[in-house]
Amino acid sequence: MRREIPLIITFVCGLAMIAQFFIPHSPFGGVKDYFQQSYMIIAAFAMLLGIGNLTKLHVGKISEKRPQWGYSVVLLAGLLGMTIPGLFIGGIKEGTIFDFLFKNAFVPMSSTMFALLAFFVASASYRAFRARTVDAALLLIAGFVVMLGRAPIGDYLTWFMPEGWQMSDYANWIMEIPNTAGQRAIMMGAALGVVATSLRVIVGIERSYLGGE
Amino acid sequence: MSSTAKEERRGLVDRLKDIDRRIIFIFIAAAVVIPLLRPIGMPLKSSPPSRALYQEIDNLPRGSVVLMAFDYDPATDVELGPMSLAILKHCFLKGHKVVGLALWAQGAGLARASFSEAARGFSVEYGVDYVNLGFKPGGLVVIDSLGKSFDRSFPKDIDGRPIEELPLMRNIKTYADIDFVLGLSAGDPGLPFWIMIAQGRYGKKVGGGCTAVSAPMLYPYFPNQLVGLLGGMKGAAEYELLMDAKGAATKGMDAQSIAHAAIVLFVLIGNVFFFVSRGREKRGGAQI
Repeated sequence: MRREIPLIITFVCGLAMIAQFFIPHSPFGGVKDYFQQSYMIIAAFAMLLGIGNLTKLHVGKISEKRPQWGYSVVLLAGLLGMTIPGLFIGGIKEGTIFDFLFKNAFVPMSSTMFALLAFFVASASYRAFRARTVDAALLLIAGFVVMLGRAPIGDYLTWFMPEGWQMSDYANWIMEIPNTAGQRAIMMGAALGVVATSLRVIVGIERSYLGGE
Repeated sequence: MSSTAKEERRGLVDRLKDIDRRIIFIFIAAAVVIPLLRPIGMPLKSSPPSRALYQEIDNLPRGSVVLMAFDYDPATDVELGPMSLAILKHCFLKGHKVVGLALWAQGAGLARASFSEAARGFSVEYGVDYVNLGFKPGGLVVIDSLGKSFDRSFPKDIDGRPIEELPLMRNIKTYADIDFVLGLSAGDPGLPFWIMIAQGRYGKKVGGGCTAVSAPMLYPYFPNQLVGLLGGMKGAAEYELLMDAKGAATKGMDAQSIAHAAIVLFVLIGNVFFFVSRGREKRGGAQI
């Protein structure tokens, strides 16, 4: 029964959600509201579960002195350093310790981490972005046009071209025509995949979400 | 050419091909820092999706309600923060009311900072002209639930005030009371979900902004399902240009331009060495 009960719940809930989409009246409309409220509550608890799991993992790492356990100390210090003021010292309103830490520590550090990507992208593209084939060369040219055209330097370099024929115009054309065509094909394929996978989950063919074998 | 000279050239090509990445890092750092310290002032031109978003907000009647989602985190604040500021200032300038919310936990804090900064210089009041409903987990489900009731999903604002105490929220019950939905999105949950539900199911006009890297994915929705789109810092700078108010995004355009050019240059150089190396290998193979 450990597997059958979750499968039955999934089947019933899945069918109810499909039914409410086509029949948004009572009782199906009410079912949707109930599921929506339940989902938001479960999502909030999932965050708590995540924090608990993260804490347990890193406390274990520190207590066993596993390699690079020092980073776990920093992580837990950060977690407690934000959580304690947020919960017990003034809350999260403007002007509180939490707000100060958020604006002056979390935001700049997070932005810095993301900004480092630029360096790695530059280094990786120098080594890996090669025009080995015609396809790769086309991709490379499109990449150049979009990169330069999506920044003011593109038009700066093509100042001698008439209006409508500058680099940003080519970049816009690539984004609006070939990119849109390709993206639409991917989106349609992905949507069909989602429908197929959802049906497999609802009817119990796909069971990997239950865990185990 | 003597064999020693050939060997030396081969050694140089190999060395440059496998150049120490720290040298590349120094060039990129210089490409970003120098233009920030000494701006070049390259001319900027707005793109059709940016103009469309600007026009849409500009043409809304005075007093319209704009629902603004701050679905991003500090990592992408550099791109989306200037957008939120420019759009909020535009809304305040035109006398629109703004309801902010976040489907990303850190988005609520960033929204608060944007509201505070944008409100400076305008005679707007919290609770009357704008509200920040804070964060709610649940993504797509939260968006859908707003079609039924705002106060069930967001019974309190970010600071814990019941929303019935906020004058602006007394008249906002569902999407029917919203004139325009604007999503600032750095990923999932984000703008595609707002398009799917707010536009697709409830028929609201949706516009938005996103990181530069996710802009290609959102272009297929423009202009029918998405009335306008700002892509990355360039999109934010274009909006500032349309507003005729230079801000953080415009200041960053020179740095972004030079950094893009540096990366393109590195890729070109990398390819030159690749072709030299491949040609040499082919010639070597033919000799054997």
